Amino acid sequence: MQDRSHDILTVKELRVNFHTFAGQVKALDGVDLSVKRGEVLGLVGESGSGKSVTALSIEGLLPQNAEVVGGEIILDGKDLLAEKQGEIRLARLREMAMVFQDPLTYLNPVLTVGSQILEILETDRRVFTPVVVAARLEDLDKAAQRGSLTEKESREKSRLEALPAQETLGRREFKRLAKAYAVAILGRVRLPEPERMFKMYPFELSGGMRQRTMIAMALVRRPALLIADEITTALDVTVQAQILKLLRELKTQIDASILLITHDLAVVAEICDRVAVMYAGNIVEVAEVNELFRNPLHPYTQGLLAAIPRPDAVRGQLSSIKGSVPNLIFPPSGCRFHPRCPSAFERCPLSKPPLVEARAGHFVECFLYGG
Amino acid sequence: MQDSELLRMEDVFTWFPIKGGILGRTQAYVKAVDGVTLGVRRGETLGIVGESGCGKTTLARTVVRLVEPTRGKVLFDGTDILKLKGSKLKPFRRKMQMVFQDPYASLDPRQNVRSALTEPMHIHGIVSGKEEGDKRAAELIRVVGLNPDHLSRFPHEFSGGQRQRIAVARALAVNPEFLVLDEPTSSLDVSVQAQILNLLKDLQKEFGLTYLFISHNLAVVRQMCSRTGVMYLGRLVEVGPTESLFERPRHPYTEALLSSVPLPDPAKRRLLAPLEGDVPSPITIPSGCRFRTRCGYATERCAVEFPVAVERAPDQFAECLYDIDFVKKVRI
Amino acid sequence: MTEIEPTVEVNRSADVRFALHLFRKNPLVLAGLVLSVGSIAVALLSPFLVSPTSWQITHPLLKNCWNNPLFGWGNANIATCPSPYALGTDSYGRNLLQMIVLAIPVDLQIALEVVLSAVAIGIVFGATASYAGGIVDEAILRITDIFLAVPGILLAIVFMVVFGRTIPVLTGAVLLIWWPTYVRLVRSQVLSEKERPYVESLRSIGAGRVRILFRHVVPNSIYPLLVQATLDIGSVILTVSALTFIGLSPSPLLPELGNLASLGSQYFFTAPWLIIFPGLTILLISLGFNLLGDGLRDILDPRLRR
Repeated sequence: MQDRSHDILTVKELRVNFHTFAGQVKALDGVDLSVKRGEVLGLVGESGSGKSVTALSIEGLLPQNAEVVGGEIILDGKDLLAEKQGEIRLARLREMAMVFQDPLTYLNPVLTVGSQILEILETDRRVFTPVVVAARLEDLDKAAQRGSLTEKESREKSRLEALPAQETLGRREFKRLAKAYAVAILGRVRLPEPERMFKMYPFELSGGMRQRTMIAMALVRRPALLIADEITTALDVTVQAQILKLLRELKTQIDASILLITHDLAVVAEICDRVAVMYAGNIVEVAEVNELFRNPLHPYTQGLLAAIPRPDAVRGQLSSIKGSVPNLIFPPSGCRFHPRCPSAFERCPLSKPPLVEARAGHFVECFLYGG
Repeated sequence: MQDSELLRMEDVFTWFPIKGGILGRTQAYVKAVDGVTLGVRRGETLGIVGESGCGKTTLARTVVRLVEPTRGKVLFDGTDILKLKGSKLKPFRRKMQMVFQDPYASLDPRQNVRSALTEPMHIHGIVSGKEEGDKRAAELIRVVGLNPDHLSRFPHEFSGGQRQRIAVARALAVNPEFLVLDEPTSSLDVSVQAQILNLLKDLQKEFGLTYLFISHNLAVVRQMCSRTGVMYLGRLVEVGPTESLFERPRHPYTEALLSSVPLPDPAKRRLLAPLEGDVPSPITIPSGCRFRTRCGYATERCAVEFPVAVERAPDQFAECLYDIDFVKKVRI
Repeated sequence: MTEIEPTVEVNRSADVRFALHLFRKNPLVLAGLVLSVGSIAVALLSPFLVSPTSWQITHPLLKNCWNNPLFGWGNANIATCPSPYALGTDSYGRNLLQMIVLAIPVDLQIALEVVLSAVAIGIVFGATASYAGGIVDEAILRITDIFLAVPGILLAIVFMVVFGRTIPVLTGAVLLIWWPTYVRLVRSQVLSEKERPYVESLRSIGAGRVRILFRHVVPNSIYPLLVQATLDIGSVILTVSALTFIGLSPSPLLPELGNLASLGSQYFFTAPWLIIFPGLTILLISLGFNLLGDGLRDILDPRLRR
């Protein structure tokens, strides 16, 4: 894998262990991942594959008994694992945002939606002042173009334009601009009546609206990377469709790359540009989305695709992958998939296969393709 | 009632009262099942799909009488089981079994597998004595694809897919005729799901079972069911042969639902997301046709007239005032 | 057909390691274990260590004498006994150490009887109350309310004054204080347990209410009972000692920790060991069971979440 300059995120040989009473769980066994700027990368895997652990490692949210025992996580040029705490915090605040599966647990039930968004902006006024000012200026410019700029507004416009880059605003002014920005973002995620939404509590919203709020809270920071961890898993089919449609629209509007984590290959097929398939702590296949579905190379991917029922056709007997996900305290030797693999041969238990480029832009970790 | 029907629900209503105020008076009802008439034919797999709040889980529970309906009849092989009590109900309990969504939660964590399998046998007097029960338990566990050596183990020592197999084995322990499967694979991974679905199909052939298959996953339903019913806010808005229902839905909700499901094929991207807003609450149900608030083809008539099931295609019934092809032509 | 699946490897050493971790985090639990097991051991061995009738034999000439070569009180007025007694003699001239060894099984036996009876009553009435619901539940709850409203010791005193001062009455009196707590504990456990999905699935199989209740729900509700029972052994011993201390015992000669302390209280300034050693024993035993109960709660509680 060559030129890294257009990757917003690169994960190299990431190894993470969990210390439990039952033993050491070798959750991640050398994960290699890259997210290009502006793309939507799908990270697919079943339970125990390590996809959530990968996301948590990137975001720095691993639990106490987890230990990163190797590898690098490079976000926009900075190695997050090597930096000091303060630097990491800043990097994460500015450049990454994460949306989780169950918005009800991640939203504070006693605060209104609006105050939770404002809270984010107020954590670091220095960082967010330019963001907030820029948003306000955009609005004012639009109003100017329409010719509906008032006297007061045009004065504000020139004042804000004249503001030097490092300057911070007064508290009240910041709050005013922040609120306007927050309402705008709520509108961006297609929440009806954003000003009203601003004052509502999480329990008053439906599941779909809450998830949109979470997405809004992530977007408000103008992150370079948005990590979406199973965000539609708990939603009804029709609501999921709305959220996926929203993501597709946002993809073209915002500047961020999206790392979409899911177990649902259909979701991946709908909105991702590239797909990475994980199994038992390894990335086993990476390819552009059409290529992956047309020519799956890794036996696990093939097995997975053959096991998915489809709403548009009956498939006779669904083929299934024999056995079950391995115990990661005592993982299989060599290629972790070999006990369940229909094409396994003598080399497979001996060592972990390297990631090779079997076709253009299509990478596999399997001895069937060399390595 | 047709001869070929093993189970028939007639005008079943299950309303849950919401009590409030100082005197605890009933202020409103959650109309979970709001008038369902449905027959399950012998040997078939009838699927029920719908989103949250549609009432499919309550319907499943009402059929096995875990929940008492407010009104209606549930006829099993001609007998109204809602009128039965205690010892008269027991033989029917044996013939109808249920498999639940969460296999871990549905097994007593302190009961080993052997005991979990033999208990129903003893309750219904199918076996006489411990030895016979143990032998049958070993047979059952083999039938579902697990090793009889593990009968002494406890639920937490198995994986999710294995637990679901145990749950199925337990349901089969009493030789039922009818199985209600409530989201049996929703908590399982895709590859394990395929194993369990294949197992269910095999068991149906081997033991001549009839299935009522509840799921929110349309792809799974298409795979498993010969006929499908779509529920919305407590009523069956459409029911018919699966192929026909999926290829040419006759109800706007079915159509919208089908086009909301993403396909595992990037070449066929099409997410239309035609339905705005969220699934409404089963407490305040819209007048007339309950789907009209989200329906793209709704007219003024829909708010006033209550749609009844009309056969819009062979054996396919939809609760809509209009024929969907007609409405589509007129609209465009 | 479907193939036979290989099964998950079972890792039982994880449980052992978890228990060890808990002991390391909270070493006092180990102390509790030692104390409680130690006192039970003493209780079981006591008929072999000391002659069971020695508490009835008094030596008026040996009243309040101390002759422990290792440990003196530095008080010239304390009479010395002719032969060395490890803990001196009490006001009846009996070897205090022997009396204490005889007293421990008495107290432990009463405590065990009280706690086990309370658990049994709790299961019967608590399970019935929560499963039956309605009037039965209300009635049982109100009765427990009445008992809990009266201060425990007073209730026991009145009971003993009315029914006499024998050991069975003492046991009954203390039981009166304890049973309502267990009924409520069992009731709340059963109440939450019966909402669990496996109960529903048992109902759908056709299991009757009684079977579900006593074969499934109650065994699953045991852990908090176990913890409470262990903690309560210590508390019961304290209560029993308190009652005998104020004089509600069958005979002043009875080897019972509170009784011994009561005898000693009169001689605090001249023979302080008479109250100190029995009191220390009460303290150590109840502390031991208390710490053990705490440790049990830690071990059993997070496992419940499995």
